[in-house]
Amino acid sequence: MTTATAGTALAEALRERFPNAVQEADAHAAWIEPSAIADVCLFLRDDPAHDYKMLSSLTAVDYVEHFEVVYRLTSLSRNATALLKARARGRESPSLPSVSGVWRGADLQEREVWDLMGVAFEGRPNLKRILTWEGFQGHPLRRDYLEPPLPYSWPHGG
Amino acid sequence: MTLRTEPVVVNVGPHHPSTHGVFRMKLTFDGENIIDAEPVIGYLHRGTEKLAEERQYTQVITLTDRLDYVSSMTNNQAYVLSCERLVGIEPPARGKYLRVIAAELQRVASHLIGVGFFLQELGVFGGTALMYAFRERERILDMFEMLCGARITLSYMRIGGVLQDAPEEFWPSLRSFLDDMPGYADEMQALVFESEIVRARAIGVAPVSAEDAVAASFTGPILRASGVAWDWRKAAPYDVYDQVEFEVPTCEGGDNYDRFWVRMQEVRQSLRIIEQCCAQIEPGPVRATMAMLFRPPPGEAYVPIEAPKGELGFYLVSDGSIAPYRCHVRSPSFMSLTLFREMLVGWKLADAIVTLGSLDFNMGEVDR
Repeated sequence: MTTATAGTALAEALRERFPNAVQEADAHAAWIEPSAIADVCLFLRDDPAHDYKMLSSLTAVDYVEHFEVVYRLTSLSRNATALLKARARGRESPSLPSVSGVWRGADLQEREVWDLMGVAFEGRPNLKRILTWEGFQGHPLRRDYLEPPLPYSWPHGG
Repeated sequence: MTLRTEPVVVNVGPHHPSTHGVFRMKLTFDGENIIDAEPVIGYLHRGTEKLAEERQYTQVITLTDRLDYVSSMTNNQAYVLSCERLVGIEPPARGKYLRVIAAELQRVASHLIGVGFFLQELGVFGGTALMYAFRERERILDMFEMLCGARITLSYMRIGGVLQDAPEEFWPSLRSFLDDMPGYADEMQALVFESEIVRARAIGVAPVSAEDAVAASFTGPILRASGVAWDWRKAAPYDVYDQVEFEVPTCEGGDNYDRFWVRMQEVRQSLRIIEQCCAQIEPGPVRATMAMLFRPPPGEAYVPIEAPKGELGFYLVSDGSIAPYRCHVRSPSFMSLTLFREMLVGWKLADAIVTLGSLDFNMGEVDR
């Protein structure tokens, strides 16, 4: 059975190497300081005691006062998962360091988060819209997104 | 005199029979060789995740049918498992067995489509192989019709079990399907596995190493074809996968032929699982009693399952209301496109089409 690593255990393991990286932790997840997220991920990937070679998924949740980007890590060799979270502040231009250099699999997912949630990722090329088209206004998965009025109206009748 | 070639950009799709729905690729050619490739997706984006935020938990089940529309059962299963984790209920044993039987039938149906279209895209057999695959799939769809009245968009699984018990006529149909299918699989294998055309065009084409596949978040048959024996049914058994025995077929090469081969072997393992479920299933209720409209406690849940195309999971965040606060779909097909460029560069257009077939992604799931 897959071991779901507790956030507190992860925080404990990270404390020595990254003293200030973990903001808080509970039984499920560890909240990582946004500026340290890429370094922490690289460490968790390469350290044999963790060996998280796969980024299972990367997504974001809009909590209105901040965005929470969720990193779900899987270690195939240890059959373990870990959950990292990082908060991005501000609604104008929230951003986090990119982890697409750590896991290739983050590439399309970061583009999706940028497209739908409007959280930018720094230090990566080709951050452009993926599911909507270039020129689309706004980020539709945000809680305060309003659909713009149609530029045309249907003819009466029918 | 030397011949000079200009790079030529060729646009394939989005409306093209070999692009699995509405998928567009921008290929740059130097002569006949691909030197750059870019996937362009989003033509089937329906905002499923946004729609889910405005619906009750039970209503979202019908949205999941439309994600990977050739494998609705496993979409349902992934969603209801996450919901059950969120609410904290357990379905009765018979419900779990019916779920596994339905999900494995769906895996066979999905792999038949994958294999059939792969052979179709090779251009060999003039569609015979595809029609063979569809003939068997038709029997599975008939069985789904018995279970829930629908053939494609099923919504058979419910939070806390399944919609209803299987009717009496379901079991003889399943029995005869289990008797016939291995023979059909042999027939298909004899038709194509040793075919010179298939071997020449698929072996060694667009290989992916195990390291690259893991780093690119590949899951499912395309990961196992690269030699990584990773299967969520083994790693974290859900429903009754811990009660049945099966193997996880793998290959070494990670090329188009291996991806195709792994799918054919998985069909046989699925039949094995269904056989064991039929032997173990006992009478009883199929669905836990619970309210249609409920408010899960605030929190979040994610249960990964092994869908036919790989790891599928719904990340549900509850704020204590009747609708999910956030519903993210971790779709395997979307990740399959990560290495698109790396896989195609250096090959020719005909190989690109075959590679799309061997990846077996589904645009309903890619675009969501």
